[in-house]
Amino acid sequence: MERHEYDVVVIGAGGAGLRAAIEARQQGKRTAIVCKSLFGKAHTVMAEGGAAAAMGNVNSSDNWMVHFRDTMRGGKFLNNWRMAELHAKEAPDRVWELEAWGALFDRTKDGKISQRNFGGHEYPRLAHVGDRTGLELIRTLQQRVVALQQEDEKLHGDPEAYIKVFAECTITRLMKDGDAISGAFGYWRETGDFIVFDAPAVVLATGGIGKSYVVTSNSWEYTGDGHALALLAGAKLINMEFIQFHPTGMVWPPSVRGILVTESVRGDGGVLRNSEGRRFMFDYVPDVFKDKYATTEEEADRWYDDQANNRRPPELLPRDEVARAINAEVKAGRGSPQGGVFLDVSTRLPAAEITRRLPSMHHQFKELADVDITKEPMQVGPTCHYVMGGVEVDADTGAASVPGLFAAGEVSGGMHGSNRLGGNSLSDLLVFGRRAGAGAAAYVDGLARRPAVTGLDEVRAEALAPLERSGGENPYEVHHELQRTMNDLVGIIRKSEEISEALQVIEKLKERAKNCASSGSRIYNPGWHLALDLRNMLLVSECVAKAALLREESRGGHTRDDYPGMSAEWRRRLLVCSASQDGTSITVEEQVQPSMRGDLIGLFERSELEKYLTEEELAEYDAAVKES
Amino acid sequence: MTQTTAESAARKQRAQIRVRTLRTDRWWLAPALTFAGLLLFLIYGVWATFDGSYFTDPYIAPFSSPCLATSCPEGARLFGFAPFGDWYALPPGILILGLPGGFRLTCYYYRKAYYRSFWLSPPACAVAEPHGKYTGETRLPLILQNIHRYFFYFAIVIGLILTYDAVLALVHRPAGLGSWILLVNAALILGYTFGCHSCRHITAGRLNHFSKHPLRYKAWTLVSKLNARHQQFAWASLFSVMIADLYVRLVAKGVINFPFA
Amino acid sequence: MGYKAKFRVWRGEGGEGRLEDFTVEVNEGEVVLDVIHRLQATQAPDLAVRWNCKAGKCGSCSMEINGKPRLGCMTRMSTFEESETITVTPLRTFPVIKDLVTDVSFNYQKAREVPSFTPPADVKPGEYRMQQVDVERSQEFRKCIECFMCQNVCHVIRDHEENKPAFSGPRYFIRIAELDMHPYDVAERKESAQDEHGLGYCNITKCCTEVCPEHIKITDNAIIPMKERVVDRKYDPLVWLGSKIFKRQR
Repeated sequence: MERHEYDVVVIGAGGAGLRAAIEARQQGKRTAIVCKSLFGKAHTVMAEGGAAAAMGNVNSSDNWMVHFRDTMRGGKFLNNWRMAELHAKEAPDRVWELEAWGALFDRTKDGKISQRNFGGHEYPRLAHVGDRTGLELIRTLQQRVVALQQEDEKLHGDPEAYIKVFAECTITRLMKDGDAISGAFGYWRETGDFIVFDAPAVVLATGGIGKSYVVTSNSWEYTGDGHALALLAGAKLINMEFIQFHPTGMVWPPSVRGILVTESVRGDGGVLRNSEGRRFMFDYVPDVFKDKYATTEEEADRWYDDQANNRRPPELLPRDEVARAINAEVKAGRGSPQGGVFLDVSTRLPAAEITRRLPSMHHQFKELADVDITKEPMQVGPTCHYVMGGVEVDADTGAASVPGLFAAGEVSGGMHGSNRLGGNSLSDLLVFGRRAGAGAAAYVDGLARRPAVTGLDEVRAEALAPLERSGGENPYEVHHELQRTMNDLVGIIRKSEEISEALQVIEKLKERAKNCASSGSRIYNPGWHLALDLRNMLLVSECVAKAALLREESRGGHTRDDYPGMSAEWRRRLLVCSASQDGTSITVEEQVQPSMRGDLIGLFERSELEKYLTEEELAEYDAAVKES
Repeated sequence: MTQTTAESAARKQRAQIRVRTLRTDRWWLAPALTFAGLLLFLIYGVWATFDGSYFTDPYIAPFSSPCLATSCPEGARLFGFAPFGDWYALPPGILILGLPGGFRLTCYYYRKAYYRSFWLSPPACAVAEPHGKYTGETRLPLILQNIHRYFFYFAIVIGLILTYDAVLALVHRPAGLGSWILLVNAALILGYTFGCHSCRHITAGRLNHFSKHPLRYKAWTLVSKLNARHQQFAWASLFSVMIADLYVRLVAKGVINFPFA
Repeated sequence: MGYKAKFRVWRGEGGEGRLEDFTVEVNEGEVVLDVIHRLQATQAPDLAVRWNCKAGKCGSCSMEINGKPRLGCMTRMSTFEESETITVTPLRTFPVIKDLVTDVSFNYQKAREVPSFTPPADVKPGEYRMQQVDVERSQEFRKCIECFMCQNVCHVIRDHEENKPAFSGPRYFIRIAELDMHPYDVAERKESAQDEHGLGYCNITKCCTEVCPEHIKITDNAIIPMKERVVDRKYDPLVWLGSKIFKRQR
């Protein structure tokens, strides 16, 4: 079996993975990047809007404290506040660093990085390049990796001496030596041959879980691999009930259903209308946001030109609010012909301006749906977009509870609380990618001995099983049924009975997945790959459903029809998932949310906190304020 | 970066598809039309060069302008100027044809056109070319394509002379159809000339800081607009110069003789 | 709405293979990649195809559809006649791994041969000041999604495997142009474009531009401007002379 020895193995080559790998390599660690796709194709390329960083280039009133407040508010105060703090403080440096590596963001008049408005952000804050910011990020990081390889080639004669990309390679198991991580096991997609990494530190950066849903903006890679690998290695997942449904996904044609329509469309003047032509978002501003959003169309329209003296349009409410509103309109029978609502920018901006500001949206609709967005409205509806939950990590180092295991980006949990603000994911993966890379490097430095990989026979047998069975289940059918189940029963609006039903289906699917058979050889066999990914999707789906059943309130990316209100009691409780010893079932436990540090909670007004905190916590707040 | 472990010989092979192309559309149409168009121009050009009736006051046929030989009639000479002495007996067009000819021959658009249609290298996208070896423009003679910008400098002069001819004709015979044909031709030729890729480079393309050279940037923007239509201008001016030239010759020969000719 | 379409798909491991016929259901609004996926799910579970975002943003599903390089996810079935047989083959310029999946490592190797962005040593992150007009040209080239269809269609290597070592291909010409036009890049890129990356092999027949799914004007905005910049450095006696005199004055 092919074996490689590294100091740090990064699983995933999206923004977080590449940033972590760059950091580990810059700290002198021999680093491997393992990814399921080709190098540079990661899902990060789909991010459109921008990277949120309080640089204050467009509005100088912006600073990390405002960003921190916006993030906590967006996450309904369920966020890991330390992560939110680090994120808000470090994001500008991470963005500037990209520029020194060759990124070309759009500019302001005085030559700085331009920043745009986005839902939930008080000031224009998103560094962007048209509407293809994610691509810019990936390309820049990819080229930074290449730059480091060129450096190594000059120094050591081998470009891959210190950082090497293992593309189209899937990890199926993390290996352990006692309690600690000792490496990873996987297969080359191309040949089906197995590969083993001997490494004391593994950084998970595998992204999300969207492929457990039918309507999703996520690509095939998002099968929750990192979540499942962490569970199986004994780590814990938190906040798994919180899944963000992006309010505006394409609804037509069916083959592209779910593909994202960037929030910038709304940031740049696009409005949502129902079939009666009404801008319905004015009817859905929740109490907690009442004083921050415009109440009339006139005021909302003035805001685009004069943000200092007007309140923002309700189209720019946080994503969960908009998604629920659209869902409600469609259910009330005021939807568009194909089951969405209308997002119109054609009557709001001149055609040339639309193609300049939203080139890839214009392109996407033209090519995929034959719709010219400069002439007609788009039809949009909610789509599964992002999982707020993930591996429970230490904020400063990205370390999970298993020694040697780190996580960054979407696969980690806590940073975004119950709902992520648009633009915060690109900055999240830069900030915590770097921290996880540094955390892994420091961990390796502190080790007395290198751990050893054992138990390869079992993991090899597990991987080969679907190929050796004949006449079993078709993995595509099992996958499809899981997607339908999650979409219909644990989707945007949830009910106790439906979630229970979903859990029953998942149990059955687990049995069927064990019986999946894949015909054909080991060489680039997608049927086999899917059969292996099913284990991960099922584990993660079980986490989502079990946590969703327990949390009896509605907050951010978790809406319970039977518990519509937000509860201050539940805010203090985090749900933590762990896998049983044999990795076949999930248990969920409650954990108390640690109180916010005094100086951070002091950044909020009492009147705002009253909407979220318990009496007891408010008393702590009063004490903290009095002290300072 | 797609590292594989064992690499058998078969794994390093392209798909062994034994047909030249799997394209199902009429991919041969564009190169065929280009071939026909350019061939027509060449044939016409040879004929026109040796045709003697290139001048009829106030029109001068574009293929023979500027007329620089002593054999040129008084009125046909540029500013009454004939730098070539009596010894020069060949048709006057030969003296200057190399300049616009060279400009078009080394033009980035025409290169595409004739490489595709004459040399079939390639005839169309994703259609295999019939040549065993290919070195592109890396060696003689094709490396000489790099002098395109010098032809551009001369082409400006020729373009301005044709404009001068047209304006002069218009002044002398404002109601003459020929004057207007010459004028339209001159405009198309200028549009083609100033949309040249070398021109785009010279105005500001070679700079990295447009913002520090606002005037040159402005010029670059204009040239870029013309440049985006370079192919269209190339064909339009190719035909307009043929039509204008033929028109003048037919008037000179008396074939066309209506009052407003 | 739906109909049965006739597909011929290249199947085989390594270069050896054959076109296999399939009849498969097609529904309204679908693209070629959807149909390939239906084949996978119903008739050929081990049919290999690379894909990722399914929205034309990642450049994974490059293939040749009726002989033309296309993204499978951006080729609508409505652009074909219902009676038409649609032939799907792997990219021709690269070795086949299996079915529609090719080994594109050539491109990653070439990427490594282009020296990275080289800013002046004294500019610190956060200090970059660039005007929008100065970055726009390079931004166009950064739209590239690395589908490698320009690399695939370019006859310099498509028809002449032996040119591969000397020729980097359109993808890397736009990379060089992007860096050479970058307001802060200080590395020499013109002579190396000609001498090391084979810019001179390009005979500007524009197939790269024709197939680019991002509609990047590869030839007009990158290759030709780079050729002109090379002329400045290598072939234009006047500019060469001018630069000598100018240098001496400095």
